[in-house]
Formats: sequence, C-alpha cells, structure tokens
Amino acid sequence: MMIRPKNWIFAVAAIAIVTASAVTACKKTAVDPFPASGTVAGWEKTADTRVFAAKNLYQYIDGDAEQYIAAGVVTTSTADYKYKGQLEATADVYTMGDAVGARKILEHGQTKDAKTVQLGDAGVAYGQSVIFRKGPYLVRIVAFESTPETPQALLALAHGIEAKL
Amino acid sequence: MKSRREFIKTTATGALILGSRSKLGLAAMLDQKAQHGEAAKSKVVVARDPSLHSAAGQLDDKRVLHLLDRAIAAYTGRDHPVEAWKRIVPVGKVIGLKTNGLGGKGISTHAVLVLAIAERLQQAGVKPGEIIVWDRNARDLQACGLTINTDPSRIRCYGSDVAGFEDQPAVWGTASVKFSKILTRECDMVIGLPILKDHNLAGVTFAMKNMYGVVQHPYELHSNNCNPGVPDLNCIPVVRNKVRFTIGDAMSSVYEGGPGFHPEHLWQPNALIVGEDRVAVDRTAWQIIERKRAEVGLPTLEADGRPPHYIVTAADAEHNLGFNDPKRINLVEI
Repeated sequence: MMIRPKNWIFAVAAIAIVTASAVTACKKTAVDPFPASGTVAGWEKTADTRVFAAKNLYQYIDGDAEQYIAAGVVTTSTADYKYKGQLEATADVYTMGDAVGARKILEHGQTKDAKTVQLGDAGVAYGQSVIFRKGPYLVRIVAFESTPETPQALLALAHGIEAKL
Repeated sequence: MKSRREFIKTTATGALILGSRSKLGLAAMLDQKAQHGEAAKSKVVVARDPSLHSAAGQLDDKRVLHLLDRAIAAYTGRDHPVEAWKRIVPVGKVIGLKTNGLGGKGISTHAVLVLAIAERLQQAGVKPGEIIVWDRNARDLQACGLTINTDPSRIRCYGSDVAGFEDQPAVWGTASVKFSKILTRECDMVIGLPILKDHNLAGVTFAMKNMYGVVQHPYELHSNNCNPGVPDLNCIPVVRNKVRFTIGDAMSSVYEGGPGFHPEHLWQPNALIVGEDRVAVDRTAWQIIERKRAEVGLPTLEADGRPPHYIVTAADAEHNLGFNDPKRINLVEI
C-alpha cells in the first residue's frame, strides 16, 4: 500500500511527538540528582543511589508514603552522604508529577521556626534539615547530628543537588 | 530453620507454655487486685532519667542500663535485675527482640537499649543463641546501630529479608497477612522494642503498630488511619500469644512528621515505657505525644485528622487486647 505524502508528514510528526513525550517522561526518572563525592566541598557520597517507584515507596518510608503518593510522586531517589568523614546525612529527591505536588509537600508540616532559603523555586531550612522544591522535584536533606557546621554544610549540599536538577 | 510440621508443633506448644508461664508470673501480679474484688488493672511503668543524654546529644550507656533496671524492677517488684528478668522470660526458649528501624538512623530503636536487654537476658539464663534481634530488613537494623549476624552460637541479628515470609496468609478481621518466619518459626516469645513516634496515618506508632514490621505488605493495613488494621493484626494468635511484653524506647521521639525522621520535630522524653498490656502501653504513649504537641502549640491528633482510634478499637469486646480506660491502667511513673 502506498503512503500518500500528506499522510507521511503526519506519521513523522506523530512519531516525533511520541518520541519527545517519551524522552520528557523518562527525564523525570532518569535524572541523577546526587553530586559525586568531592563535587561539593567536604561531602562524600557513601552509598549507591536507591530508587523507589511510587508503588514500592512503602519499602522506604512506610507510613509516610501515602502523602507523597497522594501528591503525585512518580519516583523517589535517596542517597547517603558524609561531611568531613563525620556528619552523616541522607538526601531524598522526590520526583512528583508536577510542581503542584512538590509545593503541597513542601508547605505541609512547616513550623514557625522554618528559615526561608534561596533554593530552587522555594525552600526552608532548620537546624538539621533543608527542604526545597524545583519544578516537579521535592528535595529533603536530613543530617543526623547537630553541629555548628551542620546548617551551612547542608545548604552547600542542597545547592549541589539543585544544580543537577 | 524449622520445617512446617515442626513449626506448627512448636508454635502450639510454645503458646501453651508461655500462656501458663504468664499466668504464673507477670499476669499473676496484675490479677491480685481482681482477687480482692476490685477491677483488674494493667500496670504500665514510665521510667525517666533527664540526664540520659549528654550535652552533645549522645546516650549514656550506663544510664540506659540503669534506667532499664529501674523500669523492670518497678514493673516486677523485684529489685535485683536478674531475678526480675527471670519473672519475664521463660528458660530454654528463643526470645525475639523486635526493634523498629523504619524511621532511619535518626529515629530508630537505640542499639544501646537492645544490648542492655540482651545482657540482662543472658544473666537471667537465656543463651546467646536463643536471642534474636530482628526487624524488617538489614537496613532497618543497621539504622538502629546494630550489626547483622546469623551465626546461631551468638546473639542473632537479621531481618525478614533473610528469613522470608510464610506462603499462606493468616487472617483475622480485615487483616490478611503473611508473617515473617522469624515470628512464626524462630521465636517462642517476642519482646517489642518500638520507638515512640508521631505517625502520619495512625496518629501514634508504638507497641501495637510495631507489628506492621512483622508482615510482608504492611501498607495493606493502612486504610482508615490503620483502624482496625492495627488491632486486627494484633489479634492474630501468633502475635497475640507470642508478643507478650513491651519495652518501649521513648528516649528520643518525634511529635510531628513521623514515622520518618524529622529532626525539626525531634525531642527527648528520656523515658522507657514498659508493660505487658499493649493497649495500655499505647494509650500511655499516645498521651505523652499529645502533651508534647500541646506544649509546642500543635493541634491534637484528633484535630489534625489522625486520631489513634485503633487504640480504642483494640480495647473493645471484639478485640479484647487490653485496657484503654485510664481507670483500668495502673500507671507507675518513676
């Protein structure tokens, strides 16, 4: 069967649109947001990145997973870090379906001692944690110890992650 | 690992032995008032030490052991720790210590408490190979600060990821779950070692909710604020009969944002909460969380849309897991 020129153009356009959509969709899950060891001064990535699909998120944060699923989480990536060989931290990057989901999570549970920080589209910091959103990404970094260096160290790592999103 | 036939045989025997033991031991103390015509009460001990943490936030090992001894002494009425423990654990049986490392490194059962209990168990006659420290998986145990060990001649420490789950589900009410083989085949008695936390769905997670970590798909029990998921799960005979005692870690806690680690909501109650009645223990824990939330200006869990009504359900006639009525709880605070 012959394909008429006009149909051929439509077919190519359709393939291009589908391919572009697939690339965009994959990009949401394929981004590696975690800086390698030494990329951010003092920070060493101490374990492989773990990635959880929404349906398996309970394996990582059972009991917390539902609020992220309700907000449209697609995947969650997590990595452990250590600062200057001592301060341990975990960074989570939640890839939401859209920016609205990321905003919803960021705004939920904020307390009055949250300090606004210039990160992504919006961000807050506490003594031992930094949370920010950028587009569909919601990033949460938590340190397991409070030291005088913790807040600045966390901010530096947060900027490192932000730059990769 | 035991065969299925051996498992069924030993489970049945173990339940009988432990049941009799409990009547002769701890439960006998609880029933004393009932014998004198008063309503029976469940004893719950909340033991505190404000100096448990150093200025740098580290737990003092010796103080934790001393706090444990005080809590157990107050609960059993025996001042000598070894004598007290002999009233709690049966000899020649495998004792499981079910930790909770779900929240990650910042908010998991503290290894120092686990090790203190293991030390006292051994002094009370439990052999190292008869102690299993366990949780969902290696990562959870490591979050507590524990090291994986499967050598049966020493204290074992491994997760359900190693032992696996039963093929056939157990059912009670809405709960249809596949249990960890550590619970069904390895342990004769389990002591729950939960850590006190706020919970995004259930309101509070402590003694009864800790049992979500012994099944394969806990998220299937999350609907309606885990009610009646939590009480139904705890009513399944293998849980009801084997998990007989709670030594709750309230040395650190999160009063909001749980069950994950939210350091902005971290606080140190510096306490252990001990008891046999899982409902009474959970009610006590719930009140501690509510008081802290009120102190920092947060709404009650009810107002926040996640009241831990599963605790109320657990005490109803259908479930009969323990007492939620404060008049039926003998709360001892030391």
